[in-house]
Amino acid sequence: MMTCCAIGPAIDAATLFAGDLEPWVTARPDGSRELALIIPGICSPESIPVIEGALERLPGLASARVNFTGKRVVAIWNDPSFKPAGITEKLSQLGFISRPFDPSYSGLKADDAQSSLLLRAVAVSGFAVANIMLLSVSVWSGAEGSTRDLFHWISAGIALPTVAYAGRPFFRSAIRALSSGQFNMDVPISLAVCLAALMSLYETFNHGEVAYFDASVTLLFFLLTGRYLDHLMRARARSSVSQLLSLSASSAMIEDVGGATRIIAATALQPQMKMLVAAGERLAADGVIILGTSEIDRSLLTGETNPEVVARGATVHAGMLNLTGPLSVTVTAAGQDTFLAEIICLMASAEQSRSRYVQIADKLARIYSPAVHILATLTLVGWLIWTGGDWHTSLMTAIAVLIITCPCALGLAVPAVQTVASGVLFRNGVMIKDGAALEKLSDVDSVIFDKTGTLTLGRPRLTNSSSLASSDLALAAGLARLSRHPLSRAVCEAANSRGIAPAAVENIEEQPGNGLSGYFDGRLVRLGSRRWCGLQENGCQGLPEFVLALGETTPAIFTFEDELRPDAPAVIAKLKAEGLRVEILSGDREAPVSRAASSLGIECWQAGVTPQQKLAYVQSLKEAGRKVLMVGDGLNDAPALAAGHTSMAPSSATDIGRTTADTIFMGESLMPLLVARDVAIATQRLSIQNFALAVGYNCLAVPVAMLGLASPLIAAVAMSTSSIIVIANSLRLGLGFSKQKTVVVTKPQPNSPGISIFERRAA
Amino acid sequence: MTILLFLIPAALALGAIGLAAFLWSLRNGQFDDLDGAAHRILVAEDRPKSSTDRNN
Repeated sequence: MMTCCAIGPAIDAATLFAGDLEPWVTARPDGSRELALIIPGICSPESIPVIEGALERLPGLASARVNFTGKRVVAIWNDPSFKPAGITEKLSQLGFISRPFDPSYSGLKADDAQSSLLLRAVAVSGFAVANIMLLSVSVWSGAEGSTRDLFHWISAGIALPTVAYAGRPFFRSAIRALSSGQFNMDVPISLAVCLAALMSLYETFNHGEVAYFDASVTLLFFLLTGRYLDHLMRARARSSVSQLLSLSASSAMIEDVGGATRIIAATALQPQMKMLVAAGERLAADGVIILGTSEIDRSLLTGETNPEVVARGATVHAGMLNLTGPLSVTVTAAGQDTFLAEIICLMASAEQSRSRYVQIADKLARIYSPAVHILATLTLVGWLIWTGGDWHTSLMTAIAVLIITCPCALGLAVPAVQTVASGVLFRNGVMIKDGAALEKLSDVDSVIFDKTGTLTLGRPRLTNSSSLASSDLALAAGLARLSRHPLSRAVCEAANSRGIAPAAVENIEEQPGNGLSGYFDGRLVRLGSRRWCGLQENGCQGLPEFVLALGETTPAIFTFEDELRPDAPAVIAKLKAEGLRVEILSGDREAPVSRAASSLGIECWQAGVTPQQKLAYVQSLKEAGRKVLMVGDGLNDAPALAAGHTSMAPSSATDIGRTTADTIFMGESLMPLLVARDVAIATQRLSIQNFALAVGYNCLAVPVAMLGLASPLIAAVAMSTSSIIVIANSLRLGLGFSKQKTVVVTKPQPNSPGISIFERRAA
Repeated sequence: MTILLFLIPAALALGAIGLAAFLWSLRNGQFDDLDGAAHRILVAEDRPKSSTDRNN
């Protein structure tokens, strides 16, 4: 089943990358130039030929290639006069928001390099294992004399370069650990691999009967596989997260003293500068309005759903969205001094308390590594005393102990399960950032939700669409089609879903705080507040509404509600049935919060909570010993997200929310939350089973090896078997969950003239 | 036993060819977009082979 991010085609000039694309253009070795763009909205494979076809028709562009996995497009051109801005423009015409992609951002480049190094090492060691095993079979089946020596020499010829090449990841890490005076798992591994290879070389020189090149290379192969899986899991999580993160390369339009305007980077803004904010733009800095009236959407900052009317003298903050009219703003604070920076500061302090968490695997590794060395040394010394100084046998037994205790199965126990889990979760629309998130998610006992954008979809929806006359809806949509006000967008969406074409309303004007007016068939038509349309206020608290007035006819009333996610009640009921404590902590006003809480059956809720209060509340629960899962999307949730035992954010969350949360879920459904918890619990169970298997195997095999009953070859076979059992056990997770696809598929909305203002949040 | 002189190099060479093919495909970006490649066969229109197809 395909999960689609609920972005939908959105033509939204304000989210287009407004800055200069030139810094992101790179020169290719053949003299042509290339630009990589992230397009978060590529959800369905059908868009691949659409994008490629459209871009390749651009004059001057040589080629465009979509990378569907990475949700990117790489465009290449030779013509020096080609303007890369044409690409983003074309993409926005197609309804895709795009941003320049910088692989060095978020460490993806280093990730890729590391990952391909590991994969190459796996391939090389796999090749070596196959061939050495082939030769070993011949030796065991009775090759003698010069033939056996020949086979040993060929094995040596394959094994030694392989150890030197494929062993590098372990050797480097072991040397790094040793040089800082510490032990890690890689020290015994490096020791075992090198010793086994060198002993075998010594045997080969002296025409010995057995050599253990196969053992040392098999060891490497399995360890590398485990390490690659681990790396894959982390890289996958990180790259999917970075797809969602936008580059914080926002820009601002400023007006110089002389009246000239220019675009500068948001980071270059200084207090006292005069900033011009067009309707539909997000503010890049805190400031005071000096000219203009508009409505401001502050839902990302506070969770407040209703736009607020602002005029000259009002204070506005970075991150707010200017909805209806152009504003001139004197910058009062930029960069480090903004509201945003304050939130980041709060988060940093909350993060510190979380970093003390240690994963099971790490806990075990701390005991395990010294134990292995002690056991191997004991074996060596014991055998030396027992045999009266027989170095050869003693060393062989010690190597067998090192190989058999080699933490392959232990090393695979967690990464293997987590890789399978992250795949299952990814298919269900959940992305986790690291394995620790899964571990923490499994023992959560309280869930705290933010309301706006988390329990709700964060955008108003027309609730009485079916009872409205289609002519009224057509007229309203005609008026609202160019407005960015969330209610206007909801009207257009409703008209679109009923298949009603907007009426041809002319001379449309938008009055911030009041509404829209225009002329239809020569008659004045208004859409907006009751007062604006000449009706009595009726004190319908909290529920936003629009009135449509056309000439003398009876006005039609449009009511809206910030809709709950479709399956939110079911998910909340399930969470409560499982004995979890569920609460709402919202920055919105009391009326909408209490309405949402009562329709979801949540008794415990708080409204009008500031970011500081949210953080304090989560911390107080934590101190009371509760393990809190914080689910939120806004800027105001970010500190609480960081403070929670673990945290989740919808993919429509603010950048900062997505960066902070351990887990991100896609789409309009809240069901991924349940799936994530179930998978996390199953993952935890399987990890513990794997540990039991691995430790059990060691308890059995170590005494055998120490008694000298296992040759290094038998040790290598036993070690491989235990690894395979652990991997097989991990794969059971995929079997258990492949049937449970509970995600609601959200299709991209049909390409409509109406563009939801909130789609920018999904981007 | 002289047959070994042919068989062993042949076995090694076959393995090495496989390894080289894998490393080549890795370097060539064949593994960059596994999901996209899986879908392309279904959604992409047939078009004459162009030199640009390898550029990513």
